[in-house]
Amino acid sequence: MSQQRKQWPLWEVFIRARSGLEHKHVGSIHAVDARMAIEHARDLYTRRQEGVSIWVVRSSDITASDPGEAEALFEPAKDKIYRHPTFYAIPDEVKNL
Amino acid sequence: MSASPAIVTHSASAELRFRYATYLGDTSLILAQRLGEWVGHAPALEEDLALANIALDLLGQARYLLSYAGEIEGKGRSEDDLAFLRDPSDFSNLALVEQPNVDFGHTIVRQFLLDAWQLELFEKLQASSEPRFAELAAKALKETRYHYRFSAGWVVRLGDGTEESHNRVQAGLDALWRFTSEMFAPGAADEEAAAAGLGPDPASLRAAWLANVEQVLQTATLKRPADVPFRWFGKRHQHTDHLSHLLAEMQFMQRTYPGAQW
Repeated sequence: MSQQRKQWPLWEVFIRARSGLEHKHVGSIHAVDARMAIEHARDLYTRRQEGVSIWVVRSSDITASDPGEAEALFEPAKDKIYRHPTFYAIPDEVKNL
Repeated sequence: MSASPAIVTHSASAELRFRYATYLGDTSLILAQRLGEWVGHAPALEEDLALANIALDLLGQARYLLSYAGEIEGKGRSEDDLAFLRDPSDFSNLALVEQPNVDFGHTIVRQFLLDAWQLELFEKLQASSEPRFAELAAKALKETRYHYRFSAGWVVRLGDGTEESHNRVQAGLDALWRFTSEMFAPGAADEEAAAAGLGPDPASLRAAWLANVEQVLQTATLKRPADVPFRWFGKRHQHTDHLSHLLAEMQFMQRTYPGAQW
């Protein structure tokens, strides 16, 4: 084979389990375009009725934080426990909070 | 109460319902088997699963229809008996679906031509005078809409892709087009079923099918082959040799070990 076989681009898949919930990252698939990515995500990640909506985004379009900056980014929040909303009583009727 | 006309009419209609159910069921079953041959061999893991998913939808349709056929026949034959213990000459699937996979291009074209037909068929079969056919059609239509989305997408992607992919999918189209005329031709269970209100007139499906197919072929930069007088009538039990090879593999286990269970 003279032509080298190229891997299809990678896409990240987000599934909304049911109406009212947010889309959650479930994994990734390979596909050549957005239409195919939706189809592959459907075939791989919703086989057992896991969702009612799918988002796909090219993995290369995701900008990630630098692990080397983790201390600078995340540690300053450590001693600010007053930001946690643990002082409120949550009414029983409120679901999915 | 001997030989009342009502009973005669009913048994004739049961016989027709059996033939119509096996025609539709065999078509789904044989295509499912063909798609199953791709498992472990598709060009990408994702396509492997996609083809297997479609095969499972088709298998579900076949199970529903063959179970119903066995029930209506009243001889105690189950879906498995009908699938695994009939000879090739007893099958009435469209000859299109028994055609070999050849390559991914052929497989996609075969799928696309069939999906576009099932789309029209199931749409109209929902109005069947027999509730069991109507129920099957409503469920299968949703599945088919996805199959069509998948196969039409691939026809465009391959046709309007590289020179290699274009040539392969055009070759598939050239080889398989001759098998499409059977879908709309009279002279089999589907024509009688139409007269009895069981299903749509096969000829009535053609205009919408062709409009759909031509539009996709145009987008895919593919050439629609000329219609030829050559015809196979799988639905009249005239099959290509491919069916007996397919069945030999599919039925091997039940024929070698009758009644074997998992």
